[in-house]
Amino acid sequence: MSTRLATGGRLLDKTKAVEFQFNGKRLKGYAGDTLASALLANDQMMVGRSFKYHRPRGVVASGAEEPNALFNMGQGAKFEPNQRATTTELFSGLYATSQNHWPTLEFDIGAINTLLARFLPAGFYYKMFMYPRTFWKHVYEPFVRQSAGLGKAPDAETKDADTYEHFYFFADVTVIGGGVAGLQAAKVAAKSGQKVLLIEQTSAWGGRAAVDGGEVDGQPVADWIDATIAELDAMENVTLRLRTMASGVYDHGYVLGYERVTDHQPDVTGPRHRLWRIRAGHIVTATGAIERPLSFAGNDVPGVLLAAAVRDYAVNWGVSIGDRTVVVTNNDNAYRTAITLKELGLEVPAIIDARAEGGGALADKARDMGIRVENGKAVVKVKGTKRVEGVAIGLQAGEGAVLETIKCEAVAMSGGWSPVVHLWSHCGGKLIWDEAEAHFRPDPDRAPKGDAGQAFVTCAGSASGAMGLGDVLADATSAGAKATGKRKPKAPAGDARDEAPMAPVWMMPQGAGAKLKMKMWLDPQNDVKVSDVQLAAREGYESVEHTKRYTTLGMATDQGKLSNINGLAILSDALNQPIPQTGTTTFRPPYTPISMGAIAGEARVATFQPIRRTPMQDWHEGQNPFFEPVGHWRRAYCYNRPGETHGQAVEREINQTRNSLGLLDASTLGKLIVKGPDAGKFLDMLYTNMMSTLIPGKCRYGLMCTENGFLSDDGVVARIDEDTFLCHTTTGGAERIHAHMEEWLQTEWWDWKVYVANVTEQFAQVAVVGPNARKLLEKLGGMDVSKEALGFMEWADGQIGGFDARVYRISFSGELSYEIAVPASQGAAFWNALMEAGEEFGVMPYGTEALHVMRAEKGFIMIGDETDGTVIPQDLGLNWAISKKKEDYLGKRAQERSHMADPNRWKLVGLETVDGSVLPDGAYAVADGKNENGQRNVQGRVTSTYYSPTLKKGIAMGLVHRGPDRMGEVIEFPTIGGANVKARIVDPVFYDKEGEKQNV
Amino acid sequence: MLILECPYCGVKGEETEFHGGGEAHLKRFGPGSDDDQFHDYLFSRVNPKGVHLERWRHVNGCGKWFHAARDTMTLEVFGTYSAQVFEPPQDIKDKISAKRPGWQWREFS
Repeated sequence: MSTRLATGGRLLDKTKAVEFQFNGKRLKGYAGDTLASALLANDQMMVGRSFKYHRPRGVVASGAEEPNALFNMGQGAKFEPNQRATTTELFSGLYATSQNHWPTLEFDIGAINTLLARFLPAGFYYKMFMYPRTFWKHVYEPFVRQSAGLGKAPDAETKDADTYEHFYFFADVTVIGGGVAGLQAAKVAAKSGQKVLLIEQTSAWGGRAAVDGGEVDGQPVADWIDATIAELDAMENVTLRLRTMASGVYDHGYVLGYERVTDHQPDVTGPRHRLWRIRAGHIVTATGAIERPLSFAGNDVPGVLLAAAVRDYAVNWGVSIGDRTVVVTNNDNAYRTAITLKELGLEVPAIIDARAEGGGALADKARDMGIRVENGKAVVKVKGTKRVEGVAIGLQAGEGAVLETIKCEAVAMSGGWSPVVHLWSHCGGKLIWDEAEAHFRPDPDRAPKGDAGQAFVTCAGSASGAMGLGDVLADATSAGAKATGKRKPKAPAGDARDEAPMAPVWMMPQGAGAKLKMKMWLDPQNDVKVSDVQLAAREGYESVEHTKRYTTLGMATDQGKLSNINGLAILSDALNQPIPQTGTTTFRPPYTPISMGAIAGEARVATFQPIRRTPMQDWHEGQNPFFEPVGHWRRAYCYNRPGETHGQAVEREINQTRNSLGLLDASTLGKLIVKGPDAGKFLDMLYTNMMSTLIPGKCRYGLMCTENGFLSDDGVVARIDEDTFLCHTTTGGAERIHAHMEEWLQTEWWDWKVYVANVTEQFAQVAVVGPNARKLLEKLGGMDVSKEALGFMEWADGQIGGFDARVYRISFSGELSYEIAVPASQGAAFWNALMEAGEEFGVMPYGTEALHVMRAEKGFIMIGDETDGTVIPQDLGLNWAISKKKEDYLGKRAQERSHMADPNRWKLVGLETVDGSVLPDGAYAVADGKNENGQRNVQGRVTSTYYSPTLKKGIAMGLVHRGPDRMGEVIEFPTIGGANVKARIVDPVFYDKEGEKQNV
Repeated sequence: MLILECPYCGVKGEETEFHGGGEAHLKRFGPGSDDDQFHDYLFSRVNPKGVHLERWRHVNGCGKWFHAARDTMTLEVFGTYSAQVFEPPQDIKDKISAKRPGWQWREFS
């Protein structure tokens, strides 16, 4: 059993006991523990169940590479799944539960899958769930949904109780990784005077060297680490951050850092996570190396750990995994684990070295300590299911005959070390295969390139393949100098590496048969075995990227930090090609998962998106209307009175407007000033109509198309003077159309003399609508608004009730209507004056829904309803607004294409239900026959549909195949409920077709 | 995230300040052009692995369109220049030729 040792625990403060809960049990740890070390100290060897077979799983590693120890953390609004115990610092009150089992961790029904493993090979889901097709929805999908996933998703009804923030940082040199290499590189860079940032993902400086020891310049490495940190800390040009992981390296020296600010101290106020958005002149990645597992049968049994992790638990946290630990290795480094354990008074029954020639100086030392060393041997299989009980030993060169069984509680394995090349690779750094170490390491000649073509990432220490303390320091010194472009100082002297060569071992024993291979785990988190990768190769998967997706190797939340090299070695072997030819899968950010909260930062609730407010917004809010979002605006949909439904409110607003007087806040309409000697010529290109012939003082409705011919925006243009036009756009279109104008002016017709200014928010605009509109304005007094002085589709400047006003006689409702623009600062007062003076006419504000219904009654189109990016003006019967005289306008050539001129296009018509009901929005009209998918053919669809209070029945507009040629015909619209609604094709103008009401 | 320098206002900004606008130096074909010409103008774009001349707008800055000469693979920026020219300036062409021997204006795919 695993336990806490009486001595040791470099990172612990044993004076501070910490209580926490795991699966309802109260357990004790110390300050400085991780959740993983505290669980192991409490003999919690089994920490979870595997993804597919629900096999018992234990802690394998001691850091970010851990694949198994994932937990649900916290409760309620602080609940978060899939948190890695090895990187979770223990705090008082920590609450964790294990995942992926039912009903309990100890007894899990899903474990039956392990008995079915023969029938659940790679690609099982792809093969199984294809047929019969109809099974997917009701049989397969519910099954897969229920059994998929690791942790539970947080309750959708809760809101994250924590806060997060973004932080911008600029540094000449950013050093990633606070081990010996990172410290040395940062020190060299800092001494040049440049601004240096050094970040480390764990809570302690020093990395592996702090555990493994050694000497630097004659002093213990731990002292050198402390001295270096003190030196860096005292320098003004250096920023140091622990608990900050570099998540990704991006173009031109951009780095995302993920700082876990209060995860380990939840009582402290402040953001939980901080996302560092770093722009670095040069990046040094000193991210170290990760030990690889060995592939032997039962390498996933709880108690089988990486050799270095066993060492970490003993040295850092004073935790013994078991009294008896068998070490199995293909390299010298793992001997350190045996030596460390022996020095702590624990038993190492044997070191199983797969190399026939055995190890070097460290092996000799182990033997001198009395440890049995077996060369050329292999672990054939691990005994035990929920924890290690022993290992069966055989020949590495053999097929798996068991020579001897050794009793033990733990197995420390080491298959060699792989540099952490993720950050180097994120932005295009290339790798080379190192035969001697059997790993990929960065190729310094093919670094990620910056904006001037310069290399902007340099690797330092074991991240670049330097493996001994002396080599690491020398390499880091070079990296620090390279990052600053300064001369390289003398490197501190570190212990030289004195190790025998490692030997690549991808399977143990090398001739293992099918039965053993089915128990050799490559990716414990996603349950991928040696046999799965070999099956994929047999089934024709040759690309490593395809094999990854087919087998799911390396696709779990650990992204294959332990499994990838072993997996592609097995694939290479199966394909009979060298490993570098197989290559690696693509490394993508983030290095380890980061929280969604950190990505969102402060952008939540009110700060998520700015809300645009009209000058009358306060007044609207005072009415407590039902608001709807329109672009970044919030417009009143309708102004409900107490007890009214939305429908009733809309009906009241329309009736009052059509019968007397209504007001609409139209300030959100886009207003663009187009000015200059060539303004008319420019607008002739932008609009389908002829705008250059417009007389100052007049208004004209215009259509704008994209170069692809499709209708993009519409609005009324007013000519202010010879050189100046004011173009109204749709509410959502002002910025888009402004940008559209600028693009053509700047990039195509740059010699035309035109300026465009967006003055949308400079003016408040009110539509005064209804038969009594003129009476209201006359009551307020000022300019002459009679039909004679200001006719339909004319505008004039003047004063209304003492306000500076520009009055447009335009109508989107079909009624007598004045749209009056006043300076934004006078908007609220003007609105109030209109409301007050309008009282005698029963004035009412009306909302966007009344606006929509009234325009539909008039057959006016709405951009976004009648158009969807595939509709040309000709489809909408707007040929009258397309100039025949102009040689060119944006979209003209596109509209000449054969498909655009095809008489079979769907075109705009009115639709009137036979029974007077309201057609469902978006409903399709069916035609005879079926298409190739067995679906009914369609011949049209509803684009706008409303109940018309004016006509007391449902009215609609729609696009129908050859619609205008089929007036009077009745077509059918099936509804979701299954019923068919019959509707007659009619003229889209339902109300006042002659326009007599607006032109009075 | 790229760093680009706006040739109008001189600001060296983060990519988030800018908005890409696709291939630069297109010739517009309007009424009178044949279907192939119009099709190519509207839809055909080079997609080179290497030197690319492209349009950008300093949308969260001065609002001006400009052109950038860039390597789409190494992300090296050879230079930015006015959008109001029909081809890249000679100094940028020279710089690209020096760094990418064999590269030719309009034969860069």
